[in-house]
Amino acid sequence: MNNRLYGNLIFELSKEGRKGYSLPKNNFGSYEIPASMMRNEEAALPECDELTVVRHYTNLSNNNFGVDTGFYPLGSCTMKYNPKINEEMAALPQFQGLHPEQPANTTKGALALVSLLEKSLCELTGLAHFTFKPYAGAHGELTGLMTIDNYHRSRGDMQRKKVIVPDSAHGTNPASAAVCGLEIVEVKSLADGTVDFEDLKRLVAEEGPNIAAMMMTNPNTLGLFETRIPEIAKLIHDCGGLMYYDGANLNPMLGACRPGDMGFDVMHINLHKTFSTPHGGGGPGSGPVGVREGLQEFFPTVSPYHGNFAVMMRAYAYILSLGKEHVKEVGPLAVLNANYIKESLKDVYELPIDTVCCHEFVFDGLKDKSTGVTTMDVAKRLLDYGYHAPTIYFPLLFHESLMVEPTENESKETLDGFIAVMRKIAEEAKTDPELVKTAPHNTPIGRVDDVLAAKQVIVNYRQLKAKA
Amino acid sequence: MTYKYFPHTEDELQAMLEKAGVKSLDGLYAQIPESIRFRGDYKLPSEMSEQEVRDCFAKLGSQNEQLTCFAGFGVYDHYTPSVIPSLLARSEFLTSYTPYQAEISQGTLHYIFEYQSMMAELTGMDISNASMYDGTTAAAEAAMMAVAAGKKQGKVLVSEGINPRTRAVLDTYALHKGIELVTIPMKDGATDLSALTSQLSSLEGVAGVMVQQPNVYGIVEDFTGFAETCHEHKALFIIDSVAADLAVLKTPGEWGADIAVGDGQSLGIPMLFGGPYVGYMCCTEKLIRKMPGRIVGMTKDNREQRAFVLTLQAREQHIRRQKATSNICSNQSLMALFVTVYLSLMGKQGMKEAAQLSYAGAHYLCEQLLKTGKFRLAYDKPFFNEFFVKYDGDTDALYKRFIDAGFLGGVKYEDGILFAVTEKRTKEEIDNLVKIAAL
Repeated sequence: MNNRLYGNLIFELSKEGRKGYSLPKNNFGSYEIPASMMRNEEAALPECDELTVVRHYTNLSNNNFGVDTGFYPLGSCTMKYNPKINEEMAALPQFQGLHPEQPANTTKGALALVSLLEKSLCELTGLAHFTFKPYAGAHGELTGLMTIDNYHRSRGDMQRKKVIVPDSAHGTNPASAAVCGLEIVEVKSLADGTVDFEDLKRLVAEEGPNIAAMMMTNPNTLGLFETRIPEIAKLIHDCGGLMYYDGANLNPMLGACRPGDMGFDVMHINLHKTFSTPHGGGGPGSGPVGVREGLQEFFPTVSPYHGNFAVMMRAYAYILSLGKEHVKEVGPLAVLNANYIKESLKDVYELPIDTVCCHEFVFDGLKDKSTGVTTMDVAKRLLDYGYHAPTIYFPLLFHESLMVEPTENESKETLDGFIAVMRKIAEEAKTDPELVKTAPHNTPIGRVDDVLAAKQVIVNYRQLKAKA
Repeated sequence: MTYKYFPHTEDELQAMLEKAGVKSLDGLYAQIPESIRFRGDYKLPSEMSEQEVRDCFAKLGSQNEQLTCFAGFGVYDHYTPSVIPSLLARSEFLTSYTPYQAEISQGTLHYIFEYQSMMAELTGMDISNASMYDGTTAAAEAAMMAVAAGKKQGKVLVSEGINPRTRAVLDTYALHKGIELVTIPMKDGATDLSALTSQLSSLEGVAGVMVQQPNVYGIVEDFTGFAETCHEHKALFIIDSVAADLAVLKTPGEWGADIAVGDGQSLGIPMLFGGPYVGYMCCTEKLIRKMPGRIVGMTKDNREQRAFVLTLQAREQHIRRQKATSNICSNQSLMALFVTVYLSLMGKQGMKEAAQLSYAGAHYLCEQLLKTGKFRLAYDKPFFNEFFVKYDGDTDALYKRFIDAGFLGGVKYEDGILFAVTEKRTKEEIDNLVKIAAL
């Protein structure tokens, strides 16, 4: 990470006549593409030599912050270390050239990997089958809900279109339900963020025959374990609904508890969270969906082949590396790290729910609200000190949410460094609030004008040139 | 407990447990009811050293057959410049999250802006989003977008020329979302405009019309009059294309499309048994607020520097919640970087040259196959780098002969074979394939 803005666009480095490629000669004779087929206007792609391209993207990468750069306590995103051996395995040439339409007897190794990974995930979750078609977490949610919808349709239970979600759920849950043609019903949370069981009973009494499923994370969005989960599952099952586990928060459960044992019937896993595959600046991820025995026949076709296969290769390399001995240490260490930070900062940051948390916890801003320094300011000031910010303003249960998730890979020194800086920012908020409110100061760019971006709508180079 | 990914020493563990107010790691889970606590050992292999992991994968890899690829069907064996894997391995790109903190994510935001610029150029459309999962889901999102944009219209017409893999995904989304898909028939290997016209006249509530270019048979269709017919009936015109082909073929923009979608795999991405690839979606300026997915826009920071940021987020799933018409979040960002670097290297000229090579190779192969007297083109229509032939003989036996000789001899489809050729295929490889075909 370099704190000076690089700032160029590849189009601005382009010179007519330069080239960055080499192609074989045409030995086929003259087969000319007929003019009638061809586009009239040329695509205005850049023309650059190879070194210019390499330097450009290397310089761009220097204006980026990744897990390899520093501590990335982004709540609900599980920014764990992405082991290098995973990358090496995913790049093996014996898999690169496999065409997905190749006959099965020529892709035995790849198919074996799919089946070995499935077996591992079944063991870790207590479910019976997985489909790897979903390309991402949100795609997995959709796939899981489609599976549930298919199940109810197969039984002629066409009216089961309601999905219960806690009011603290991530916005993707209701959006996935809507795309699946299902309707969301929200169940209230108690003051401690867990599901209000009495309100759930009321909903089930009112909507019983219409309930398709209940969708939950456990631990929930606040990092708290829903201790009444067996009762919740029974209530939903008794009215004919299925239990859906949003695997976003699966990491702390490794070595502690399996969704299948909690009573869930369908779940998705974010391989890019719990199973250490890189986030890649926002993908590619992988969102395999697991089900209890008997539900696998209801998996929908949400993509043509085996999903993001190379992501699965990485996840399998991770499982093999850890083995049964160390997989079960992932959850406890992640939970320990979260509790250690929470306990070390709760005297200066507002902790609305003071209890043992799982992998993450939420502060409601600074304890001292008189300074006018907001969660946004704290987050931006953290960037100055070389940390990625926690997740901010989510969950919506609090005004100044600051959600912290360290992972099992972080050392005590790293956590102590973060704690010291968080305390220092709390101090700065009192002694020099302007410094914090105008942060960041040591980053390639300062705070950006979001309103201008939405107003002028310049989203490609052609527009940029036209409006310059 | 010491392991290469866990830094905790025994002393540190004790100090941290004390701070956390529990006596043991087990104490951190005291709230979980004992009845559902997992206490056993996972039935998994024991931990493996790095060398053992390598050996395990090498063994799996050796069970795959490495075939010279003449298959397409939406996935093509194009050349990957050596620069790309090297740049994609930059951990500042690889290990970062979605660029929510713009101040430390200009690298990602910059390349997404470049990606959007290049896809708009390739498709000849006004606007591109920041990527989709793949071509098939991009097509499904386009159908949902058309229905959402058209308000209460619930039908989408889909050409019979769409790849059945795409159609299967479309069918899935349509079933659950309550969209009715109606097939537009083909005539002589191309979408039948007169059938489309009469469907549009007789059916109520058609929100969109979807065609594929080149179509499933590899045929380059003539869409003259399609956009006008669609627009007369207030339906959006959607074209699904292989991205690389658009460097030379008449673009969705030039055909008058409202939405252009497809897969970007053809832009140098390895076939890798199906993924990861990247889907693209572009549209007219008028439709930008109906488009799903992330969009990066230009703005400035408080130091008056040009900067890039995620914008128009009010369209997105996490804000619209149950009113959302798509649930797509960030996706395939690193693959968007892949194609951005590819297009930067290939540039204007390289894309045309590669397309010319693919075209020449495919037409040479086709000619040679026809010369054997055992093949005939199913349709007498222009094609680009993929074509559909019927074989006078046992197709299954022929296909097996190809594999035994180390060739993936196309994709068996209907009662024929679809062959595809890219710039990677040499004359020698083609001649050898033809020799086997002639036996």
